[in-house]
Amino acid sequence: MTHPVLSVRNLVVDFPDRRQTFRALDGVSFDIAAGEIVGVVGESGAGKSMTGAAIIQLIQSPGRIVSGEILLNGVPITGLPQAEVAALRGKRIGLITQDPLTSLNPLFTIGQQMIETIRRHLPLSESQARTRAIDLLSEAGISDAEDRLGAYPHQFSGGMRQRVVIALAIAAEPELIVADEPTSALDVSVQAQIIGVLKALCERRGTAVMMITHDMGVVAETADRVVVMNKGRIVETGKVADIIRRPSESYTRGLIAAIPSVADARDRKPVAAGVAPLVEVQGLCRDFRLPARTLRQRFAAPVLRAVADVTFEIPRGTTFGLVGESGSGKSTCARMIAGLLPPSSGEVLMEGARISGRKGMSGDQRRRVQMIFQDPYASLNPRWRIRDIVAEPLHGPNRRAGRRDLEEQVAELLRKVRMEPDAMFKFPHQFSGGQRQRIAIARALSSEPEFIICDEPTSALDVSVQAQVLDLMASLQEELGLTYLLISHDLAVVRRMSDFIGVMQRGRLVEKGDTDQVFDAPQDPYTRMLLDSILDISKVA
Amino acid sequence: MLFFILKRVAQSLIVMIAVALISFIVFRYVGDPVAGMLGQDASIEDSAALRDRLGLNEPVLAQFARFVGNTLHGNFGISYRLQEPVLPLILSRLPATLELAMLSVTIALVGGLVMGILTALRPRSPVSMTIMTLSLIGVSLPTFLIGIGLIQLFAVKLHWLPSFGRGEVVDLGWWTTGLLTSSGLKSLVLPALTLALFQLTLIMRLVRSEMLEVLRQDYIRFARARGLSERTINFRHALKNTLVPVITITGLQLGSIIAFAIITETVFQWPGVGSLFVQAVQFVDVPIMSAYMLFIALVFVVINLIVDALYYLVDPRLHAGSLKNAG
Repeated sequence: MTHPVLSVRNLVVDFPDRRQTFRALDGVSFDIAAGEIVGVVGESGAGKSMTGAAIIQLIQSPGRIVSGEILLNGVPITGLPQAEVAALRGKRIGLITQDPLTSLNPLFTIGQQMIETIRRHLPLSESQARTRAIDLLSEAGISDAEDRLGAYPHQFSGGMRQRVVIALAIAAEPELIVADEPTSALDVSVQAQIIGVLKALCERRGTAVMMITHDMGVVAETADRVVVMNKGRIVETGKVADIIRRPSESYTRGLIAAIPSVADARDRKPVAAGVAPLVEVQGLCRDFRLPARTLRQRFAAPVLRAVADVTFEIPRGTTFGLVGESGSGKSTCARMIAGLLPPSSGEVLMEGARISGRKGMSGDQRRRVQMIFQDPYASLNPRWRIRDIVAEPLHGPNRRAGRRDLEEQVAELLRKVRMEPDAMFKFPHQFSGGQRQRIAIARALSSEPEFIICDEPTSALDVSVQAQVLDLMASLQEELGLTYLLISHDLAVVRRMSDFIGVMQRGRLVEKGDTDQVFDAPQDPYTRMLLDSILDISKVA
Repeated sequence: MLFFILKRVAQSLIVMIAVALISFIVFRYVGDPVAGMLGQDASIEDSAALRDRLGLNEPVLAQFARFVGNTLHGNFGISYRLQEPVLPLILSRLPATLELAMLSVTIALVGGLVMGILTALRPRSPVSMTIMTLSLIGVSLPTFLIGIGLIQLFAVKLHWLPSFGRGEVVDLGWWTTGLLTSSGLKSLVLPALTLALFQLTLIMRLVRSEMLEVLRQDYIRFARARGLSERTINFRHALKNTLVPVITITGLQLGSIIAFAIITETVFQWPGVGSLFVQAVQFVDVPIMSAYMLFIALVFVVINLIVDALYYLVDPRLHAGSLKNAG
């Protein structure tokens, strides 16, 4: 009888703490056959990365495997001595890590890191290992591999680095690859390429793949079977199409329902024609001077045009979605509109009055424009109580309020974002990511703004939490008549939230228009390419 | 690379000019140099003549220009107290200080690195715990106390090592060394240890915390996942990344070892530049003080330059043109 490449049997992992023991994995069991790609999905804290770490036996201290078995081709690998476990890593189990920017040592060349890995596992000479390194890199889709061996990781883009990481993981032809969020840190168009490379390489070698991801789209595109995890347990296992179309557990149903899809037409009221624009952006440009690297550049510094001639307008009470890949200039745009960065040329008008430029906004204009940031962990002062964070904009020059009065206002704001008023006496670390983002919204609302700039407001959140925050934003818009500028790399989110969208590429606005029109009939080739490369759950056959 | 070095050299020059200005102000305006040189009994005619001869009646800028010119020719004036040119005085004291500083730096670097790595790799072993506890003493005790303690133990109680001076030295013409005689070597031990102890604990703690930080990085985890041996991971991947910040701090520390050997030299009556400076301060020997200041500034500037160049060699991310072939 042939064994599956990987069998996990009743795996239990504990993290002992001084006070109590946290059970990270609780009786996890699944198999992966040769050549099979199994997706492991779940929200953060579900234990999916922990399962991967347990298999390759790199659980962070003080975590440890309490019971259960992991079998590689029928042979148990749990409880082996350290030296034998180390011999498995890289040789029989390869790992692909999440962030290609940090998983390569910055001080060694790609070639050095490839060759040391190959020679560790295979009895090859330096030059043979070099040849093999070149072959592997070319296979992973790196052109001129021979010349690139001498390059350092920082000389590669994120997508290229992830190709190197993949080449490193398959260097010794392992039977199993554990891919932990291999594309989460990448742009959509690159994501599709990397998934393609990984799939092709593993198919050719018959390698089993455990694909850990929070992104159902990735699973839909690549995996044969899927394992859904929640709170350290397996909720459900099955064929990808079955799980996505007919999830049997309520948790899975909720998860699938929360995922926005680019195929869902928006269920928004059509925008009444002839609404006056609240915000107008006219010919906005921004140049950045690059650091001089040679003597000649010292005198004529190279200039990077991050935003080039961007023009659009946002009617009052609507949402304008700005999409683009990293480096497209969408965040620079947002910062100029928020008045955090002066434009090189062009202007931003609010109700016809200029709010950009050297002088910036008046106090009253500043009050009317607010911003919500991407990372809810970094954008709230960790040493302040929620009351002080939310109330800070209330302390304006002509808004002096008594303490009692202030607390009432904060309580009102917290109720608006569907939180308990008691929360005001706590500190940010006592809240989850989603709650923090609500607090950030409450803070933005405290100055009674009309226009809120949301820079990737949900990209640090789990899908179910993302859905709640997006719902909250939509209902606040309805209640308060807010106007949003929504910046996102996630096309599905933008489709769900926006009335109008603009697509940015390398600083230029290549396409703008009504959201449904752009999604259903994109005019610009770049927009089409972007839409084609999305890994979306609607694409499951 | 060349542009980078040129830029740093230019910056160093600016620093040196600024220090020269301060040094000039000290030289010219701290006390009256004429009174210092002639003594209080000199007649008014004599002091006016000297004033004229020294050019003290010229405009300040011209005086500063001449001061810089003299400095560049190695002419730092004449010591008030010893009535000798300053440069040969400093040069004759320099070997003692440099030998002491180099030995201290070697002890501090080797000891600090080895113990830092050890305590980072085995943070919970009894040896590491002991080292960490003892290092608190090194960081918190003032240098002179350590020096006196060492003298008390090794010179007074045990009579193993001499408590002061340089012992016998061998004159090589341009350099006097204590490294070739046994009494010279013995004399070196206590002051070198005293001077090294603080730096050693500092480097050790720095290496330890940097290394612990590096070991938490993703690329170390990925290196483990690639199946590399512990030795390769620790001493090839982790150590090199640890060294990047350590180089900077160590470079600056090296400067301060040379510059601030004063206390140690005083405690051990070490005939180096530091004790020359202390004597100069006692007698308001302004030419020596201002020359010493310039000398220390030069030491720091040169070391910083070397550190920058090293940094550049270790960290490829600083190399020119690296963005061009980003793909």
